[in-house]
Amino acid sequence: MADPVISVRGLRKSYGELEAVRGIDLEVQAGEVFAFLGPNGAGKTTTVEILEGYRKRNGGEVTVLGEDPEHGDRGWRERIGMVLQSCRLDPYLTVRESLALYAGYYRAPRPVDEVIELVGLASKADARTGSLSGGQQRRLDVGMALVGDPELLFLDEPTTGFDPSARRQAWETIAGLRDLGKTVFLTTHYMDEAQHLADRVTIIARGAIVASGTPADLGQRESLPTTISYRLDGEDVAFETRTPVAALHELTGRAVEQGLELEGLEVTRPNLEDIYLSLTEEQAE
Amino acid sequence: MSGVALFAHQFRYDQKAFWRNPASVFFTVMFPVILLLIFATVFGDQTVEVRGGIKTTAYYVPAIITLSVISATMQSLAMSLVIAREDGRLKRGRGTPMPAWVFISGRIGNSAVVALLMLALIAAIGRVLYGVAIPWGQLPEIVLTLLVGAAAFCCLGIALTAAIPSQDAAAPIVNALLLPLYFLSGVFIPDDQLPSGVIHFADFFPIRHFFEAFFAVYDPGNAGASMQWGQLAIVAIWGVAGLLISIRRFRWTPRGG
Repeated sequence: MADPVISVRGLRKSYGELEAVRGIDLEVQAGEVFAFLGPNGAGKTTTVEILEGYRKRNGGEVTVLGEDPEHGDRGWRERIGMVLQSCRLDPYLTVRESLALYAGYYRAPRPVDEVIELVGLASKADARTGSLSGGQQRRLDVGMALVGDPELLFLDEPTTGFDPSARRQAWETIAGLRDLGKTVFLTTHYMDEAQHLADRVTIIARGAIVASGTPADLGQRESLPTTISYRLDGEDVAFETRTPVAALHELTGRAVEQGLELEGLEVTRPNLEDIYLSLTEEQAE
Repeated sequence: MSGVALFAHQFRYDQKAFWRNPASVFFTVMFPVILLLIFATVFGDQTVEVRGGIKTTAYYVPAIITLSVISATMQSLAMSLVIAREDGRLKRGRGTPMPAWVFISGRIGNSAVVALLMLALIAAIGRVLYGVAIPWGQLPEIVLTLLVGAAAFCCLGIALTAAIPSQDAAAPIVNALLLPLYFLSGVFIPDDQLPSGVIHFADFFPIRHFFEAFFAVYDPGNAGASMQWGQLAIVAIWGVAGLLISIRRFRWTPRGG
């Protein structure tokens, strides 16, 4: 396998007494969309800012595109693009001008009109950025990160605070990055976002990695208990079981014998959101 | 792109953003013009004693040019850099291959051009409305004095950003520093009406010295005046202090969160 685009070994970062990142390992391969998932304050942004070269680490080894981000030079910056968690563009420049300004910073930028098309802002090309909606601004943010035609993109919580339709739009744009062959490092605190966009997900809580895998097999969903719930004599009953077929057979058998109807009978498997919550909560205790 | 081309690229977009921003156009361009009109209307027929009995309007034209230069440099830079920093634009720019100096020099270039433009605008208004002669023979001294002041006040503006924690704090801090000093330095009130203690106090700060240096080469009754190197040296020392603070304390990342 080719060298990973991002390789992190034993990364540590403290702010005074607080250990924000406590020895994490990561690997991101070329062309994959990697989601770094965790609740607020878990250490996501600290990690991504170390990878971007904005912060110095206290320990561990970090390689991004073959270089240590602490010593990333101009040539290295040519190869990465980033969408920061919060960044307001100059409200007095238009979409096209904002992109042209950034295009001028790179040796071999992507044509501005192509980027406008790519992020779906053709109808807003000559609108000032101050007049764009939140979702449109975010798509422009992605465009600004793309205009240098980088190999690797960092997206730090790209949809936090968005309404569902703006989030949907941003997702489409991010999903489109995969088709361009870009490697994407995405941080988010939304499980559904990671599930929707990522090839691989790593969950961080309290500065440590608690789970890692594809969205499908994350947290060994198959092995987690199933919940059976129903209503009997006006009382809610629920129990967990690892053998739902046998449990259900026994329960309904008894009910039929006694001529009882089990109102609201439900069999539920944990969804990814439940798994995520249980993983991050366990860690918090 | 070469360094010069990168600078030109940045400068072009900084100019666009400056002229489209109503706040920057009002405070940097319109406000000094309004001040000149008000002062000339209120005190127009009086004379200023200590300056050899010149008309008040002849006093206010160089005074308001002094203010315009400080406004286009120190005030404008401090405000716009703090806004860009807190919006995350400085941080984002640092994440691109653009060298830091390109960003800063684009802004400084913008300030210098606006300062020169204000020289032309205020001088023209002074000539047309109040008959204040433009000292053409002194033009090299005027421009050189202006540029030394502009450079120093740019450095002070960049340094000042280190003391401004948020966008909301930018205007109050900048104005709280500059407005009293304009009064005490004789920019708003002719200095023959100021107690000497006030002038001594103002002498500690660069505005007074820049005003003195600029007034000397602009004063129509003072033809043939040479560069005020002593005054400019004090302005330049302040500028260098600002530069040193900027190098040590300037931040690219937002302070609020």
